[in-house]
Amino acid sequence: MEGVIEMTTFDLATQTVRELNQHLHQPAGELAGREVVVANPNGAHNLAVGLNAPVHVTVQGHAGYYAAGMNQLATVVIEGSAGTGVAENMMSGRVHVKGFASNAAGATAHGGLLVIEGDAGLRCGISLKGGDIVVGGSVGSFSAFMAQAGRMVICGDAADALGDSIYEAVLYVKGEIKSLGADAQIEPMTSADIATVAELLKSAGLKTAHDPAAFRRIASARTLYHWNADADQDY
Amino acid sequence: MCGIVGLLVKKPALKDQLGALMVPMLLGMTERGPDSAGLAVFGEALDAGHRKLSLYSGLTAEGSQFGWAALVTALNADMPAARASAHATGNHAVLTVAVDPTPVKDWLHEQHPKLHILSTGRSIDLYKDIGTPGEVAARYDFAHLRGTHLVGHTRMATESAVTPDRAHPFTAGEDFCLVHNGSLSNPYGVRRKLEPLGIHFDTDNDTEAACRFIEWRLRDGDDLPTALQRSFDELDGFYTLLMGTADQLALIRDPFACKPAMVAETDDYVAIASEFRALAHLPGINHANVFEPAPEEMYVWKA
Repeated sequence: MEGVIEMTTFDLATQTVRELNQHLHQPAGELAGREVVVANPNGAHNLAVGLNAPVHVTVQGHAGYYAAGMNQLATVVIEGSAGTGVAENMMSGRVHVKGFASNAAGATAHGGLLVIEGDAGLRCGISLKGGDIVVGGSVGSFSAFMAQAGRMVICGDAADALGDSIYEAVLYVKGEIKSLGADAQIEPMTSADIATVAELLKSAGLKTAHDPAAFRRIASARTLYHWNADADQDY
Repeated sequence: MCGIVGLLVKKPALKDQLGALMVPMLLGMTERGPDSAGLAVFGEALDAGHRKLSLYSGLTAEGSQFGWAALVTALNADMPAARASAHATGNHAVLTVAVDPTPVKDWLHEQHPKLHILSTGRSIDLYKDIGTPGEVAARYDFAHLRGTHLVGHTRMATESAVTPDRAHPFTAGEDFCLVHNGSLSNPYGVRRKLEPLGIHFDTDNDTEAACRFIEWRLRDGDDLPTALQRSFDELDGFYTLLMGTADQLALIRDPFACKPAMVAETDDYVAIASEFRALAHLPGINHANVFEPAPEEMYVWKA
């Protein structure tokens, strides 16, 4: 039966999240290349968290909090929306949300790619540590707050305080930016930036095409890197 | 943590199913609020000369054995124009009167100081009590409630004690109620503004401050959007607030969206809950327009 991918379905109308996650926590060798389908997720929390194998998981509906958290190697596709903290602290692999995502999507992600086809809520990519995030829609306030490394491509708008206290992460925004956070600044797009946006958009595979040259680059002005004793310390 | 649910049916035929559609929503929010639950349901309004008061006797010595019939007899003897009647279930009764409710409330406070007046109005019935959402729903037979819209809450207390009067919804004035997920950081500041205006507080609960503030603004002539805009300026802290009036549901979230909310809308209903899992079992949910309300925006749905 070479070439046939083995598929396992968990129906959360009759099975538990623990059964699903225990199945997904088998040794990586057992799971590699397999496909797992989650039917009737009904907004359950903690779906497909802590994966550490190149397995493909499809969630057929809306996910609750922390879906695909701490992901390594796995590909998790959420066909509906995702609640707070989707793909938080992802290490590698890919998480793809076809609907919208709530707050703190991709928080502290160290690696991997998070794709959100719709809008993302507040604090998307907060404290990003090396992961990549592509948002087809807009992001809420305080996105990329204190983001240390990694890249974010935002095809829609950004709300208030984008990139506040950002370190070495780089953000690309196509739409309007309501306001930049402290120490975030718009910088010229280089040909390397355009190539980066093109590469990330290609990886994300969004349905809508976007011109990579139409994005703006936001990065740190690095004025907060060192303590300034002369600065006005009133706040 | 707390759970919020709201439901507004758009088709008259669904009024009979309002309670049955809501109960799974309330149960779905048990993990967010296992210590108390409550519900305000809005139905057909009484005529302009009548008012109904939802009363709770659980804090009286008689509890669920409270003598509702004797109360009605005594009230009618003292205030014949009231033509009072009561529909009682255990420790809860809906008292209907044919007079201005203010003297009736004064009479109740005087004669039965431990009786708690849960709500007053022409459209609102209110139930709230301690216990799991499942226990409270069964105690008051929520599944058979009828009406056009409702506001429900499951409580995990953080700001004040677990008692029936501190459960949500809170009410103020007539046909107005509010439920809250979150915690306000300036409830005493709000109270200190309202108390000199003669506004009385029943509890030390932070949510009551938000409820009385918004009702005060509405009573003072603000329309709902204006009152809600003032709330953004006045209320500090974390909140998702869901409010019910005789003909509207309204939702706001604090600017930081610290507390969750989800909305599902179909041709049949608008359903609101803290999390999608409380909406997952509604009919037609797979084809509903599901969205997350934005922070510092007003959402108002008309019944």
